[in-house]
Amino acid sequence: MKELSELNFREGLRYTDDHEWVSESGATLKIGVSDYAQDQMGDIVYVELPEVGATFEKGEEFGTLESVKAVSELYMPIGGEIVAVNEDLADAPELINEDSYTHWIIEIKPADMDELEDLHSVASYRDLLKG
Amino acid sequence: MTKTPGISGLIFEEPLLWEKGQKGRHGMSIPASDVPPAEFPAELQGAGPEFPDLSEIDVVRHYTRLSQWNYGVDSGMYPLGSCTMKYNPKINEKLAATPELAAAHPMLVDDEVQGNLQIMYELQQYLAAITGLPGVSLQPAAGAHGELTGMLVFAAYHRSRNSRRTKILIPDTAHGTNPASAALCGYKPVPIKSGANGILKVQSIAEAMDEECAGIMITNPNTLGLFETNIREIADIVHAKGGLVYGDGANMNAIMGVINAARCGIDVMHLNLHKTFSTPHGGGGPGAGPICVTAELEKFLPVPSAIKDGDIYRLNFNRPESVGRVHAFHGNFSVLIRAYCYIRTMGAENLKKASQLAVLNAAYIKEQLKGTLQLAYNRPCMHECVFSDALQAEDKITTLDIAKRLIDYGYHPPTIYFPLVVHGALMIEPTETECKDDIDQFIATMKLVVQEAKEHPELLRQAPVKAKLRRLDETQAARKPCLCG
Repeated sequence: MKELSELNFREGLRYTDDHEWVSESGATLKIGVSDYAQDQMGDIVYVELPEVGATFEKGEEFGTLESVKAVSELYMPIGGEIVAVNEDLADAPELINEDSYTHWIIEIKPADMDELEDLHSVASYRDLLKG
Repeated sequence: MTKTPGISGLIFEEPLLWEKGQKGRHGMSIPASDVPPAEFPAELQGAGPEFPDLSEIDVVRHYTRLSQWNYGVDSGMYPLGSCTMKYNPKINEKLAATPELAAAHPMLVDDEVQGNLQIMYELQQYLAAITGLPGVSLQPAAGAHGELTGMLVFAAYHRSRNSRRTKILIPDTAHGTNPASAALCGYKPVPIKSGANGILKVQSIAEAMDEECAGIMITNPNTLGLFETNIREIADIVHAKGGLVYGDGANMNAIMGVINAARCGIDVMHLNLHKTFSTPHGGGGPGAGPICVTAELEKFLPVPSAIKDGDIYRLNFNRPESVGRVHAFHGNFSVLIRAYCYIRTMGAENLKKASQLAVLNAAYIKEQLKGTLQLAYNRPCMHECVFSDALQAEDKITTLDIAKRLIDYGYHPPTIYFPLVVHGALMIEPTETECKDDIDQFIATMKLVVQEAKEHPELLRQAPVKAKLRRLDETQAARKPCLCG
């Protein structure tokens, strides 16, 4: 398991208490999990993705990550509609372990873009992990 | 050097049967047919399944060798938390195999199986006495099946009152199957976080419980091995909003004869007969998960149940509001016989003593190992105790490494990475059937492993080294499973 100093963070992303990240690209948002999350889970063996077109509220479970140790729920950082899912993960869940920032999980159209402001910056997310 | 039971032994390699056969081998010789062959319908002709050609001794050796790879509680300590892998006295096996009981056809009329029905009837009475809940169904075939049946009873109860409920409260320290059982009945599980001391806060339930909630599913003792001391207050809150309380009795081994579920406010509870009441288990069954309910809910129980009608025992199907059948015939009858025999041979006094010793053994391990491994919650535990690998983090040794190294020393590893609320959890349940000498040997072995983690961490990372197979690639097995022969 990585020490805090060994973890990767990506500037410009927003982070949640549950270790998802959000990146802005125009009117939509891409969502994935942090390096900390993938490191804690260990080898990910299955990613359960939602249906495109489904809508979820903020904090609602939209999918799961399964590793050899455990199954973890994925929560919506912001409410909205699923406009795309990363199909590559269905056959290659290990991509999340390889680089959890490049390999996004879902893309959503947010109901309220202002909710982005409630999420952590890199600095405050790093503080959260320090505990 | 600590003496441990495990050494490398005479272990055979054994291929799959498909790799073992030779064309033309067979188990027996059948005389040549002396009647003309019958015409075989064309539509039934084609390539059959691929079976290997094997002689009798090929097959006997194959399964004998496989059986030698087994590890069970009859071979050694099996401290698998949450599973209650206790020793099951052989008298229970002997009675369950009695032909008069075991070979009775399930469709015999009641008059011809009075003994079997008497066992079912009396077992219902005993389980009612143990839980304090008078209505009992022996039908469910496993713990999760009991949960599902219990949730069907919840749904039938609310339906009978024209009350529409859509959610159910499930603490994060409940058994992992609870949310699935509730979801199958159309209830949306609402997760409830346990408090900082590992047990539920009354306030969390008060905030979450409303008239949309069918009730709560509580595992008590919970999966951290801690007793939910607020259970009565929690039950009152749930009842005040018209909900019901489900008690997951999988951890009953800690509280037999000590806790009365009804007085805790529990309305429905399942018992895992295969865990608590003596059936060898693991590997998928057979088990039995009877449910016990309050008098008010009895009318919703599955059919049939055993009743006593004068001097005659009968199966009763007359329960118009029943949730219906959940299993064919009599449930998993052989498990019921084992439980009956176990309860009769132990008696009320010794069932209570078994629970007390199960708790004492776990508490002893907790106290002896708490400086060696990080204790997750430093408070009195029930029948199991939960540690983590936090103290080994600086050596870069994980719970998995510790568990694998225990195999080298002849122990089945404890439960690892569960419960999820403890990071790197290692959950030890010794049960009451391990004696102090054996528990001391386990404690000494655990201390030895932790010392190795500090001095020779590579030993742990490479473990197991003495087992038939080394560390398996679990990731590859999960990502690219090979499910064919």
